[in-house]
Amino acid sequence: MAPLLSIKNLHVSFHTYAGKVHAVRGIDLTVERGETLAIVGESGSGKSVTSKAIFGLLPKHNASIEHGEIWFDGQDLLTLNKKEMQRIRGSEIGVVFQDPMTALNPTMKVGKQVVEGAMKHRKLSKKEAYDLAIELFELVGIPNPEVRIHQYPHEFSGGMRQRVVIAMALACKPKLLIADEPTTALDVTIQAQILDLLREIQQKTGTAIIFITHDLGVVANIADSVAVMYAGKIVEKGKVEEIFHEPIHPYTWGLIQSVPNMETKGKLYAIPGSPPDLLKPPKGDAFAPRNEYALAIDYEKQPPTYQVSDTHFAATWLLHPQAPKINYQKKIAEQLHDEEDNKVKDNDVLLKVNNLKKYFNLPSKQVLKAVDGVNIEIKKGETFGLVGESGCGKSTTGRTIIGLYEPTEGDIIYDNQPVNERNRGAFHQKIQMIFQDPYASLNPRKKVEDIIAEGLDIHGLVQNKQERQERVQQLLEAVGLQPDHAQRFPHEFSGGQRQRIGIARALAVEPELIIADEPISALDVSIQAQVVNLLKDLQKERELTYLFIAHDLSMVKYISNRIGVMYLGVIVEMAEADELYKNPLHPYTQALLSSVPLPDPHVEKTRERIILEGGLPSPVDPPRGCRFRTRCPLATEKCLEAPQWREAEKGHWVACHYA
Amino acid sequence: MKEQTKQLEEQHEIFPDEMFEIVGRKEDESEKINKPVLSNWQDGWLRLKQNKAAIVSLFVIFIIVFLSFVGPYFNEYSYDQTDYDNVYSEPSKEHWLGTDKFGRDQWTRLWEGTRISLYIAVLAAVLDIMIGITYGAISAWKGGRVDNIMQRIIEVLVGIPNLIIIILLIMWMSPGIMTIMLAMVITGWVNMARLVRGQVFKLKTQEYVLASRALGASTSRIILGHMLPNTFGIIIINLMFTIPSAIFTEAFLSFIGLGLQEPLASLGVLINDGYHAMRNQFYLLAYPAIVIVALMVSFNLLADGLRDAFDPRMRK
Repeated sequence: MAPLLSIKNLHVSFHTYAGKVHAVRGIDLTVERGETLAIVGESGSGKSVTSKAIFGLLPKHNASIEHGEIWFDGQDLLTLNKKEMQRIRGSEIGVVFQDPMTALNPTMKVGKQVVEGAMKHRKLSKKEAYDLAIELFELVGIPNPEVRIHQYPHEFSGGMRQRVVIAMALACKPKLLIADEPTTALDVTIQAQILDLLREIQQKTGTAIIFITHDLGVVANIADSVAVMYAGKIVEKGKVEEIFHEPIHPYTWGLIQSVPNMETKGKLYAIPGSPPDLLKPPKGDAFAPRNEYALAIDYEKQPPTYQVSDTHFAATWLLHPQAPKINYQKKIAEQLHDEEDNKVKDNDVLLKVNNLKKYFNLPSKQVLKAVDGVNIEIKKGETFGLVGESGCGKSTTGRTIIGLYEPTEGDIIYDNQPVNERNRGAFHQKIQMIFQDPYASLNPRKKVEDIIAEGLDIHGLVQNKQERQERVQQLLEAVGLQPDHAQRFPHEFSGGQRQRIGIARALAVEPELIIADEPISALDVSIQAQVVNLLKDLQKERELTYLFIAHDLSMVKYISNRIGVMYLGVIVEMAEADELYKNPLHPYTQALLSSVPLPDPHVEKTRERIILEGGLPSPVDPPRGCRFRTRCPLATEKCLEAPQWREAEKGHWVACHYA
Repeated sequence: MKEQTKQLEEQHEIFPDEMFEIVGRKEDESEKINKPVLSNWQDGWLRLKQNKAAIVSLFVIFIIVFLSFVGPYFNEYSYDQTDYDNVYSEPSKEHWLGTDKFGRDQWTRLWEGTRISLYIAVLAAVLDIMIGITYGAISAWKGGRVDNIMQRIIEVLVGIPNLIIIILLIMWMSPGIMTIMLAMVITGWVNMARLVRGQVFKLKTQEYVLASRALGASTSRIILGHMLPNTFGIIIINLMFTIPSAIFTEAFLSFIGLGLQEPLASLGVLINDGYHAMRNQFYLLAYPAIVIVALMVSFNLLADGLRDAFDPRMRK
């Protein structure tokens, strides 16, 4: 039988004022009925553009499909007119977008939104539409559908909204569902719920899914087959086991290596550099300049696609009969394991935070308790990881420690000196911060030189222009950038390069403690490893202490010596990284650990998960007693009392009655 | 079939062996930025250049400004020099654009008037900006109660009709350039203050401002070094929209007799003059009208072009 969807030699380009951007450069792809195909790639690799081309949603004014065919169920979608395409969209192909907050119309009842398409395409009566809405809500697991369909989107939480969006896409029983990063905007515990749901739906309805993502853990969890995209081309495709266990293309291979799992030690494998500019795509293999094993021919000629097995294809010259055989598994194992982690000995305590509270007064006269009694001790030279879902107060904690917010209550003691409003100035040089969004954290009107030197200027650390210039050059070098970058403006850099500029700015004043507030969550996978390695190297060279704030548990586990898990303004568990991973005591930590998708299809498809119900309660009115009790599988009456913060085992602190 | 064989051929094409040597990565290449250094202003100028209407407007404005300065010196007449033998003469070699009811040379008066109108408009706009930026920035930076009070003051000011303020002012002071400018500035800065306030509010929570605070930067450093440079685009765009509206206000006030008085010339005064002689000497009205239309259209088109080129919200 013919596949459900087959794309042949598709080329898409965008016309911008700077020239033509070749976003998709000739891809071939097939999707069988009922299978889940994951398209993986970094930002700008053309994965979303491909999905939009299938769906006919490319912006008309500047995008053009230059070449290619998209066959869906026996017709070429690119030859259809607007009306015919409208019929296909919504009735044959459904779509789930990334951000559930903007995908729903806020002024329309959700029930109506869900069946709107179906009413038009299938000409349902009011009664039938109502029944359908209830059925769909049940299918996507929204409790109380009779009540919920009459509500508006703002009455739903993020995870619930994404369920509504999925219900909307399923309303016409599509043969193909395109999900464009459907879980990227969600927290891990919610992500686990949604992935479960998608799998369940596929079993029930037999629809095929194209799942677009950059997260390899998610791919391992949900995909049957995988296509890896790089610079507008598919570099490798195959069954999920083939891609994860026998990757052929050096890019796929590097990508899988650069994601830490819970056991990764030593140095992370990082792919250096950044993806190429598709305004002027390179002549040969686009990945060659970043490829350790690039052949001379890679710089000259684009590799053809070779077939490795019935289902496994890869486009690399390494498969040519004349090419040398490389066993990367072994090579890398050598590189990675010759380094030993140096444990932090019992150093002095550098930062001590006692009962820190930060409340915000809302205009509605309510009080938002973002941080509500946090105790942390960080030793000199260690990395303390702070994890939690969005809204748990981890960023607020970091910002209060560095003084961007005044604490409502509690003490911050740095190097045995209490920090308060009056002596705050003395600590600016000792504590520094790295921010999350590399696009918002650099002033777009300033040259890189002035950005990095700002701290030097403020504290008068350099005498003259020449010294200033030299210092900036040194710092650029320390973070792996080139000296001539000093004269450029931030918008000319890629995300990873910008983040390194941000790190250089923090390093300029030679701080002792660096608070890294989600420093890698806005970066691509291959770039994350670069930045994490850089942070580790700098720590070793300069004896830095880190407070590493993130929501990605496997990355935190990899980089940290000790970890604190935050939930709704309080720390619920704190222990050494390995101990926390092997022996989690708090039910929230256990659930969090089991929700993290790991980049290994065998593990992912067999392990048992603890799926938490519902979402994070509002920090304006947190549950009484133990804050986790509303979602906790173990909760009893006793949890109405606040649990004590106690040392369950040596160095392992927890706040739970049943741990 | 054909395709397949072609593919197979491609896959097994023989190349010289040295093509398959491992040369490794070219790290320098992957970190290199090949584009020329481009500041935000240069980038904006590149965009502006592609907007034909804006470039033509820029050219028109340039010519009008140029003529308004040198135009009066092209002949020997001065703007208030009367010649009762030659009243209402048609355009001729002697008087290029004819003469008005007192025999004053229209060419000289037209450019003199344009200059004064522009002078009033630009000065009023600049004053607006200075007051507006200061007020808006303080209001947003302090926030809370201060902001609340400052915004209520603005609302009261907006509530009073403009014309009443102007009439009162003219009753109190003598009509002239200063008076009319003051009248425009008293309420004109409000828009600018609101705009800057909004912008500073947004920038206050930007990560680069937080980073600067974390480094220990003083308030003045943050406002002057981070906030203002990032508001400039919007300020200039607004300036370009304020100037034509100020030109129009001045013309309107002069036309209804509340503005400049003869023998001083301004576009409004000239239009008022021309209006009285419209039946027989239409050209007396036409010239200032053409200039004011050209100025207003050009400034508005240019401002539009600048907004497209500089306003980040218009990007992508």
